Formats: sequence, structure tokens, C-alpha cells
Amino acid sequence: MSDIVLKLSGIVKSFPGVLANDHVDFTLKRGEVHALLGENGAGKTTLMNITYGIYKPDEGEIYVNDKRVEITSPHRAMEYGIGMIQQHFSLVPSFSVAENIALGLKESKILPKIDLVRKKVKTLAERFGLDVNPDSRIWQLSAGEQQRVEILKLLYMSAQIMILDEPTAILTPQEAANLFKTIKEMVKYGASVIFISHKLKEVLEISDRITVMRHGKVIDTLQKEEANERILAKKMVGREVVLKISKKPPKPREIELEVKDLWARGDKGPYAVRGVSLDVKSGEILGIAGVAGNGQRELAESIYGLRKYTGEVKIGGEMMHSLGVVSRMKSGVAYIPQDRKGVALCGGLPLYYNLFLKKPFRIPEFYLNPYLFNSSRLKKPSEQLVDEYLISASSLNLEVKYLSGGTMQKVVLARELSLNPKLIIAVHPTRGLDVGATEFVYKTLLKARDNGAAILLIAGDLEEIFTLSDRVAVLYEGEIVGYSKPDESHLEEIGLMMAGVRRVKK
Amino acid sequence: MRLKIEKRHENASTFSVLLMSILSVVVSLVILGFIILSLGKNPIEAYIQLVSWPLGTIAGLTQTLISMMPLLFTSLGLVIAFKMKLWNIGAEGQFYMGAFGATWGALFLFNHISNPWIMLPLLALLGAGIGAGWGALAGVMKAQLGVNEILSTLMLNYVAIYWVNYLVYGPWKGAGSYNFPITATFPKSAILPQYTANGINLGIFLAIATSFFVYYLLRWTRFGFEIDIAGDNPKAAEYAGVNVKKMVIIVMIVSGALSGLGGMMQMSGVLFRLQPNFSPGYGYTAIIIALLARLNPFVTVAVAFLFGGLIVGTQQIQLFLQIPFSLVNAFQGLLLFSFVAGEALLHYKLRWVRA
Repeated sequence: MSDIVLKLSGIVKSFPGVLANDHVDFTLKRGEVHALLGENGAGKTTLMNITYGIYKPDEGEIYVNDKRVEITSPHRAMEYGIGMIQQHFSLVPSFSVAENIALGLKESKILPKIDLVRKKVKTLAERFGLDVNPDSRIWQLSAGEQQRVEILKLLYMSAQIMILDEPTAILTPQEAANLFKTIKEMVKYGASVIFISHKLKEVLEISDRITVMRHGKVIDTLQKEEANERILAKKMVGREVVLKISKKPPKPREIELEVKDLWARGDKGPYAVRGVSLDVKSGEILGIAGVAGNGQRELAESIYGLRKYTGEVKIGGEMMHSLGVVSRMKSGVAYIPQDRKGVALCGGLPLYYNLFLKKPFRIPEFYLNPYLFNSSRLKKPSEQLVDEYLISASSLNLEVKYLSGGTMQKVVLARELSLNPKLIIAVHPTRGLDVGATEFVYKTLLKARDNGAAILLIAGDLEEIFTLSDRVAVLYEGEIVGYSKPDESHLEEIGLMMAGVRRVKK
Repeated sequence: MRLKIEKRHENASTFSVLLMSILSVVVSLVILGFIILSLGKNPIEAYIQLVSWPLGTIAGLTQTLISMMPLLFTSLGLVIAFKMKLWNIGAEGQFYMGAFGATWGALFLFNHISNPWIMLPLLALLGAGIGAGWGALAGVMKAQLGVNEILSTLMLNYVAIYWVNYLVYGPWKGAGSYNFPITATFPKSAILPQYTANGINLGIFLAIATSFFVYYLLRWTRFGFEIDIAGDNPKAAEYAGVNVKKMVIIVMIVSGALSGLGGMMQMSGVLFRLQPNFSPGYGYTAIIIALLARLNPFVTVAVAFLFGGLIVGTQQIQLFLQIPFSLVNAFQGLLLFSFVAGEALLHYKLRWVRA
């Protein structure tokens, strides 16, 4: 028997508008911890969902223990000894730990033998250092404990290949340390682990081999010994020249956005933005580089007024209040969020609605009568925008969910930029877009800058940062660790700061 | 060969929507036919009776319009809530509370007012106001605490129904009711203008007028525009500066107010006294009406009219063919099922694939 337990070969998976996996090859050896590293949206989770039978690949083959297999469902995956702990747990809150584990068992007929399960769970828990009371109800447990239950579930079914999707995202540092101990213990007993993460440090700590993914492709697979944070950061965020765009020198004028000591909590509770201060002038682009998950989204949402924060945000010299989106819109702030489908668009509404989602009543240039307003009035101005921003859609009435990712982003851009905003917050504006659409986004943003807009560009892709920015700040764990110039010679410096190795406090 | 379900990648055309609605009615009628057959009756004969009386005679038509009125008020209220994907199942309770408000006003609060043009608007306000409050209760719980509105509105129905029962069995039992659980009759000033001896009253026309109001609200105001946005994607609504929590509460208030108004109209226009179980589930039938009308206020009028006819027609076949009245409920259930199934087919298509 060879020591390769899992082999993925030439996996291709596309979703409307996005190529999530582009001919991916991946191997897992017996008894190793293999990290899958990449930014959010790089295609890690998609790849593993294919392995676990949740998605069906468009192309490619899967081999388990050198045998070609078709994995059509998670159930089938378990038969091949593949188990996965997803970011959202699949536990029944009102059931006890033992009952949850018994639920997934094949051997249990109508009434599972809970006593037996409980005993075995206890021995497993002791052996692997998973401290959980089998009789507690799931809803009583912390996220970390629930994760242990998920692990126990896999151990109970003696999964040989365990996939952990961002397991540390919900854990405290102590819990994470315990998890690592458990993983090492499991490997000792012959299991193989695929560890999905975008955090460099923990990947280096736990894994034997590291595969870096970017834009749906495998960039490289390294032995742990050959890797360090700097190398990984570079591979992760990439440095491919896809587009050469010439830009004029910036003409910065007065300060448009001023942020002082901003603190904001992430969705899971702890602070994600930790005392950020920055300013952006009219006519310049400040690029914020950083590995995804270091507080970028929270920072953008706070500045736009969608997230509660403490600290000061001044726009155009005027103090803004926390949670005040409307006042931002009135002062001319445009926001291009990273999750365009989930946040910036109404998928079930027609195109012309989406082009004017926030304008009719809140933007002074528009101010339609709120009691004598018909949405069909938006059609004419929509036609203009469709032409100007080259939005390809069969009709203005088409629901936006049927558009491709690139076209969706054009809709967002058209809406946000058509009223000459004074400040533009753009988060990963080209994620998931093809080269043509990316070029369009770049040119549009640069034009807005030349027309005097202040732009805060948050991106993980260094190429993007370098192409667009006039100054670069690096965000690491919610703090700005330093500033740099956007040119080649500073690449290494930026990489080090992104990895949290170096700090250049201003 | 295997049946595969695929998502459709374009909007459903008006024609296929219409076809789907008609087909779901036909499918329900066919299944219902088997149920009637199993009762030992002739379904064809039943269907002829079902249609010919409520739609083919003056007396039947009048009754149909009268039963349409409460259905129309409640379903228009639901149209607004459903537009925002707020699943208000509480039209029944809001309807009861509106009737309670009207009775309270007519018999106790304003019983000294003898001018109907002062009395009736006051009753309408009171009925709509209490219905609105009943809706707001669920709305506030949803907005502030995240309580599922389906559960809260459904449970509030029972509270409203038992509250009315308590009143009519207890403190509000009328003097001349021979110990039946009925309140006293409304004073003359609290009765809506009646145009025929058999009960055509102002409420029917107000109900139809309300459909224009709802249309205006949804299609011609900022409120309607924001309902569309918040209903489709609450996150995008927040992003566009819409206060979604506030919208949830306001929409539940408007929705409850319309159902409450319906309760008031039913009291002042048709029944004139509060009694237990005075609604044969109008508020629940309204859910089906609103959905079948695809949340279009004008189509709602037509569908409510047909459902009014269904209720009247079933009363008729109950008399002539001894078929139980609960057939109405069976038919409504069948309709809802086939409609939901049809809705799924609009978004997905079935295809045979070779395995």
C-alpha cells in the first residue's frame, strides 16, 4: 500500500461567474498534517467540499488509497473514511453530546445504544485529550467544546482522513493550543489531517506540508522546513503582473477621511479593529494591504457606519456617529463591500432597482417625492448607467441574481460612483473577477481619483495594491503596523509586515 | 434514468405564472373530486352547485360579496407584510382584536354618540388601532429580540380569540341574549350604511378602495420601495441606509391595522354584535389569498371574491348534498400545497438524465 491516502487530480469547479477550482492537484500522505493555505475565496473550502461530497466537481478525479472513487455525498465520503468539520457545525442543539454522536452512526437501527456510545466517547475523549461531558446538551457548550464534539464524531466513526475548515477561527488561544495537541495525537494513531487556514503562524506550527492556493489554483506545495512566514505571505497574496495600467501622479489635496483610534468588535466578539488611525486625502488612493481576516471588513464597515465602533471618524471635516449610514451617504461616501451579492445587491430585484438602491430619497441630487414615486422613473437614468458602465444584461428588468460576478460588480460600481462621491471605500473590489472586469474596475477607480475622490482601498492582492495605491498601509491583527511606498523595492518590507514579523510604527 | 432538479436561470414569464396558478387550482379540484367521491357524492354535481349558486344568482352573488369583505381586508394586510417576507400568520388575531375594538367603542366608550359620521370613523380608528397594536407586538419582538414572527403571530391569534371568548361569555354578555354568549346589538349610529335588505354595505366598497390604497403604498411611495429592498435582502437594505428594524415594526403595524379594520367592518357592517368564533378562519384563508394573488393588491380583490364564492358555495352544497363544510378547509389546504409546489416549479425545472 502506498502512503498516499488521498489524491485529487485536475479538479475543476466553477460557479456562475467564478472559477473556484482551476485544475487543482492535491495529495495527502498517511499520518501527515497537510495545511491548505490561502485567502478567503481562494478556493480551499470549495476543494474540500468536493472531497467531502458536498459539491460535484466539473472535472477531475479523486483517489482514496489509490482507488478511483466517486464521492457523491458526505455519507459516501464517510464510507471512504473521509470526515470534515465545517465552519458551521452540524449538531442538534437540544440533544446531548452522546446522542449527537449516535445520530450519525450507520450501525444504529431505530434506537441507538446510547450507553455504549457514551462509554466509547469517554474513552476516546480521554485518549485524545478532548474534555467533553457526554451528557451535556449541545446548547450548553461553548463553540470550542462543540468543535470537540465534532472531532469526537469523526474519531468515533474512525475517519482516516479528517478535514478541518478554519478550526481556530472560533477558538481562544488556549483552546487552539489544545486543538493542536489533539491533532498531533490523532496523527499518531494513523489519521491524516487536512487543515484549512489563512493564518500563517498556525499553519507553520501544526503542519508537515503546506499547499498554498490563490484564485482557485494551487500555487505551490512546500515542506514545512522550506517555508517561513515571509515566503508563505508572498505566495498567498501573489505577485503576478496581469495588468499593466498607467496612472498619473496623484494630486492630493485636503484630508477627506480622518480616522482616530478606531476600535470595533468582529462578529464573534473580540476586537477585530484595534486602535486604527489613518487619513486619506482627496485625489489619492490609500491602499491597505494585509492577509484577509485581519480586520479589513470590520474597518470598512465601521467607517461606512454599518458597525458599532469607538473612536473618531471624520469625513470632510465633519464628525460622524457610529451606526449612521445615512449621514455617510449624504456626505458623499461610496462603499464597495467585499460581499457584493450578500451586502450590496438585492438579487431578487430588477437591475434598475439595484442601480438606485440608495439614491432616490437620500442623496440630495436626487430627492424624489417619497409619496409620489414610481420605480419606473428609475429606468431612464438606469439606461444611461448601463451604457456608461458597459453593463451587459438582457433587460433592465432582469433580476440581478442572474448576472455574472463581473457584471454584478459593475452594477455596484455604477451605483456607487455615478454621483461623484468624495470618499470611496473599496474592499477587495476585484475578487472573483476576470481580467477584463478587473481592468474596468481599476480604470474606474483611478478615474474617480483623478476627479478628486479620496479612496480607501482594502485588498489582499499586492498586485492590486501596487497598481492602484499612492500610499500603502499594512493591517495586521487589527492594527496598522506600518506604511510603505507602493513599489517593487518595498515588496519584502510589506510582506514582512503582513506576516506580522516587522512593525514600522510611524 | 434519473430525475434531476435544475435551477432556472431566467425570470418566470407572466404566462407561466398564470398557467401555474390555474393549474394548481385544477389539480386541487381534481383531488378534491376524489374526496367528494369517497363521500359517496357526485363531484360534478357538487362543482356545478358550488359555482352556480354564488356566481349565478343575485342572492348568492350578494352573499359572496359580503364574505369577500373580511377576506379582502385581511389579505391586503398580509400582502404588505409578505412583500417584506414577514410571515404574519396573525391576521386572524388582528381581525378579532379589531372586532373587539369596534365592539368596545360601539357599546361602551362612545355609546352616547348618536351621529354615525362621528361614531363610525371613531370605531374604524379604534379597530384598526388595536389590530395595529396586536401586529406591533409581534413586530417589536421580531425587531428587538429576533423572535420568529410566524410563531408569535400564530400564538397571539389564540390570545385574541380567547380574549373575545372571555368577554362574550363573561363581562360583555348582552342583557337580551337569553344567556347566550353574545353581546348586545350595536346602536344604530355604529352600523355601516346598508344598501340592500340582504346586507350589501359600505364596508365592501371600502375594502375594494383599500386595495387601491395598498397598491399606492407599495408602488408609489418610498415606503413601498424600501419594503421591496428590505424584503429581498435586509443586509443590502441596511447598507442602503434603510432602518430594517423600524421597517419590521411599521410593516407589522400597517398589516395589523388593515386586518383590525376588517374586524371592525365585519362588526359594523355585517354582524352588529360580538359573538365567539364569529370568523370561520378568514385570517387564515387570507394567507392563501395573498399568496395566490402573488401579492398583487388588485389580483387580491379577484381572488378574495372567488374565495368568498367558495365559502358561500360550500354552504350551499352542504345544504343540498350533505357534504361537510370542512371541505372548504380541505380545498384551501390542497390549494396551498399545489401552489407551493407550482412555485417551486417556477424556479426549478425537472429533467430526465441518463445515470
